[in-house]
Amino acid sequence: METMQIKDEMFYPGSFSCPGCGLTMAYRHVTKVLGKNTVVVTTAGCGSVVAGYYPTTTSKLPFFHCSFGTTAATASGLKAGLDMMGKTNTHVLAWAGDGGTFDIGLQSLSGAAERNDDIIYVCYDNEAYMNTGVQRSSATPLGTLTTTTPPPALENRDKKDIIGIMAAHKIPYMATACVSYPMDLQEKIRKAKKTKGFKFIHVLIPCPTGWFFPAKDAVTVGRLAVLSRAFPLFEVIDGKEYRMNVFEEKIPVAQYLTAQGRFRQMSTDLYPRIQTDIDSRWSELMALSNKREESTS
Amino acid sequence: MKKLITGNEAAALAAKLARPQVIAAYPITPQTSIGEKLAEYTADGSLKARYIKVESETSAFAACIGGSLSGARVFTATSSQGLALMHELLHWASGARLPIVLVNVNRSMASPWSLGVDHNDTLSQRDTGCLQIYCETAQEVLDTILIAYKLAESVILPIFICMDGFLLSHYSEAVNIPDQDEVDLFLPPRDAQYFMDTNAPATFGGGVSSEALYQFRQRIQADMDNVLTEHDRICDQFYQRFGRRYTAVETIKPENQELVIITNSTMAGTVKAYIKEKGQQKGVGLIKIRFFRPFPKEALKEALKGFKKAIVIDRNLSPGSGGIFSQEIKASLYGSEDQIPIVSVIGGLGGVDVTVDHLDRLVCEVLKQKKAQPGTIWMEA
Repeated sequence: METMQIKDEMFYPGSFSCPGCGLTMAYRHVTKVLGKNTVVVTTAGCGSVVAGYYPTTTSKLPFFHCSFGTTAATASGLKAGLDMMGKTNTHVLAWAGDGGTFDIGLQSLSGAAERNDDIIYVCYDNEAYMNTGVQRSSATPLGTLTTTTPPPALENRDKKDIIGIMAAHKIPYMATACVSYPMDLQEKIRKAKKTKGFKFIHVLIPCPTGWFFPAKDAVTVGRLAVLSRAFPLFEVIDGKEYRMNVFEEKIPVAQYLTAQGRFRQMSTDLYPRIQTDIDSRWSELMALSNKREESTS
Repeated sequence: MKKLITGNEAAALAAKLARPQVIAAYPITPQTSIGEKLAEYTADGSLKARYIKVESETSAFAACIGGSLSGARVFTATSSQGLALMHELLHWASGARLPIVLVNVNRSMASPWSLGVDHNDTLSQRDTGCLQIYCETAQEVLDTILIAYKLAESVILPIFICMDGFLLSHYSEAVNIPDQDEVDLFLPPRDAQYFMDTNAPATFGGGVSSEALYQFRQRIQADMDNVLTEHDRICDQFYQRFGRRYTAVETIKPENQELVIITNSTMAGTVKAYIKEKGQQKGVGLIKIRFFRPFPKEALKEALKGFKKAIVIDRNLSPGSGGIFSQEIKASLYGSEDQIPIVSVIGGLGGVDVTVDHLDRLVCEVLKQKKAQPGTIWMEA
């Protein structure tokens, strides 16, 4: 594993994030691995607020705020332009939330992935429209309380299978990651950096503001998501070669659900169903990976 | 070299001559053949550009924004609904001060849908901060695209070059094609003042205070105010090199200036034919408006001098108001000393034919009237 130093930071302190925000940590890890020869495109969302407010900025990298839903296409154009300007080694980071990826940005994401444009697309997924004040997105899991899924009409659909969608595009590299496993996240960005073509990294971002847990617990809640296998960590190469990354002892999903206020309105009658779904998804992933194990950290 | 080519071929050739480095386009009738031609040029290597075959016009313009941010020269073309789909991005690009060149082949807006021309597609984008020029001939399309790159990159704003669908895009004309060497001298590679530079990192397009937004808008207006002067300067250079002169407003003044028809695009060509055949004896002149944004108020006032009456023919409709050029023209003349009666006419929507005979009947009717008829006249269709 490479050792990163404080001087490698590409992110200035003093952002407008909420206390305990997982996004700022993820952005820090991603950009410090990508390094100075990187340009960033982001879209509306927490990321655009964290980026700072004119005339200040938190980015040490060239940074562009693009229109909602066009992160991937803007990044594709930027990469094409950089290539034509002879700057073929510059990395283009597309940085978008779950709304900007699963919902409004899906078409442009699909286009760029299908063309296999040489960009690194990172979806920071806090499982709802957090920046506008916690409205559900298609990344919101079953049973979640948001301002647009108030009780008794809690979220009644499962989270959209973005990984399945992206795997179907047969892109050279994709991975899930969680900010609570920073070395794993860094390693995946390192792999993405070395891979030509379209890279998709799906990072789970625990959000104290929208998930209703104390700010100090962001890393813990992320760990619970991974350990309960509600958010398994794995890689997919060329859309078909699955590799599982974290094999620690499994904990019951109830432990993850009860750690957050957003699931508190949900009937505990749903817990067994959620557990069954998680277990069958895990078996599916194990079958796909032929139990191929690879520790990235 | 003179060649018989269509308006769309002229546009693709001009784009090739301008050497864009990034092209992003999505098929839509009647624009499609521009995108096809450019695909040929990039495939055979005669144009060294990255052609991003996007999945929508939204992404086409987003990719142009990204490409332009790298400091590269970019090109896109579209029509009608495709331009409407780009609408949000147009604001984004002018605000980010990106000199993107867009050719729009004018086509009416659905619903109901038609392939015929009118200008509602581009005129709907009036307030996006994009420059707009309307062309009458394939030669003008070719030349204007070359001028447009130089102008957009000088004032750092996006620009549309508009041509009438089918009437111009698909009919062939003899067009003078300039040599690449000459074009390269006229239009050197883009020298971007602001771009995403890893050696000088900066943040673009982020959140600003109300006061800062106000100042950014003032700057766009100030630069818009400079566009026509800059255009004249560039057109002088163009004339010296290529021998063809373009102005914001083109005027035909007969000896006896009874009446002037003000219009744009291919309609101006029909008016020219009418003047030659019948109009001249009746004292009919023409003001062809090339620029819509910024609107050439001063040139228009100058061109109107001496005429007793004006007819504005709009190939567009702002429902609930009338013709858009007519509104702009009347607003431009408000408060000026020598105002003349202006008759507002709508004609040719959806590609309906406007002929020399139609124009003659309209002119005879207007010449008979003592006062200008208020409201909007609908031309016979």
